[in-house]
Amino acid sequence: MIEVNNLHKKFGNLEVLKGINCQIKPKEVVCVIGPSGSGKSTFLRCLNMLEEITSGDVVVDGNQLNDSKTNINEVRTEVGMVFQQFNLFPHKTVLANIMLAPQKVRNLSTQEAKERALALLKKVGLSDKATMYPSQLSGGQQQRVAIARALAMEPKVMLFDEPTSALDPELVGEVLEVMKKLALEGMTMVVVTHEMGFAREVGDRVLFMDEGIIVEEGNPEQIFTNPQSERTKGFLNKIL
Amino acid sequence: MIGRFNWAGVVEFLPQLATGLYYTLLISVVGLLIGFILGAIFGLGRISKNKLVYFVSSFYIEVLRGTPVLVQAIWIFFALPLIIGYNFDSITAGIIVIALNSGAYIAEIVRGAVMSIEKGQMEAGRSLGLDHGKTMRYIIWPQAFKRMIPPLGNQFIISIKDTSLLSVILVPELIFQGRLIAANHFNAVEIYTTVALFYLVITLSLSFILRIVERRLDIQ
Repeated sequence: MIEVNNLHKKFGNLEVLKGINCQIKPKEVVCVIGPSGSGKSTFLRCLNMLEEITSGDVVVDGNQLNDSKTNINEVRTEVGMVFQQFNLFPHKTVLANIMLAPQKVRNLSTQEAKERALALLKKVGLSDKATMYPSQLSGGQQQRVAIARALAMEPKVMLFDEPTSALDPELVGEVLEVMKKLALEGMTMVVVTHEMGFAREVGDRVLFMDEGIIVEEGNPEQIFTNPQSERTKGFLNKIL
Repeated sequence: MIGRFNWAGVVEFLPQLATGLYYTLLISVVGLLIGFILGAIFGLGRISKNKLVYFVSSFYIEVLRGTPVLVQAIWIFFALPLIIGYNFDSITAGIIVIALNSGAYIAEIVRGAVMSIEKGQMEAGRSLGLDHGKTMRYIIWPQAFKRMIPPLGNQFIISIKDTSLLSVILVPELIFQGRLIAANHFNAVEIYTTVALFYLVITLSLSFILRIVERRLDIQ
């Protein structure tokens, strides 16, 4: 589903990604962990070209992203993204937030888009919030709307960029619950997260990143109980 | 003091002042409408990554902001016809002046408002597969427009007052009519006070309307 070969990313002279290689299979849930500044978010953002790739290859669902002939807008319709700061559209109701892209990109009729949006709201447990504005919702509710908004495009992959980091602790659970449900339904997911419990329970694979490279990867059990690299051990000691 | 002036006599000149008011409003409304369109185009042009578009927009804004309205009016009415070999009537020239001048300031208002929208909004739109244009149209612009209203109101008021300068290119607007009347009837105090009140009524009405619009848009 996703294939990354020797991905480099520079911001000016600062090299943030120094050669990332990884493959993500359909239906796989991959959690990316690591200290802040390690390049996790940048890596994730390269997967839908929110960051331009400096060098290397990123192939998503058969589309080579760093090829100028690739229509990036089309690729993005297949790749949902959920942001740390939710980034809901504050001038639109919850329902309109979810309906916008299916109508304007997929050309769904209002009726179809609305049905789809309502079904998704039900799925994330927010059927009663359809007519509200984002500012009237709690952080956890906003993030669940953001997930529903991304799902409305029926993407093949979902990218999560620290989806619970901006939430009050008591609201983290409801968002992780929705994500877990999604994982169980077989969604391909790449999750940058600090929630080790989630990575351990839901992740099929964990990537540990530090200083722009993937230092270690493996199944969660192995990474969390028997890390091989000193850097992984050091990081896990600090946070667990 | 005030009593020795013939205030009641002003009534006689109201029809002529109304004609002036009509041209003041005509030039303000049409000029500002075009000015807003120019402002939107060049304001977005100034955010453009395209170097040529950016350069043209910046050139327009800097030239029009950097020269006095009075000079622009005189130049367009008296100098431009000599270059292009075509004479504008004074009203058309007046509309062009107000449109071009307000457009430059509105461009900066548009640029500021669009740039004030959080980067995440563009990213959210783009990540859903909307292209740049659609994200601008459905997500960025509506939010930016709301933020433009207070500075736009300010600019509208400035431009309306600037129309008074157009009397030098013979636009028959309010102060032009006022000067005609005062010169013939020696009632400068009464007429010029009345003219000032006319301007005040226009700008106060505009402030009032804008406040309603702002409240209407404030749905969040």
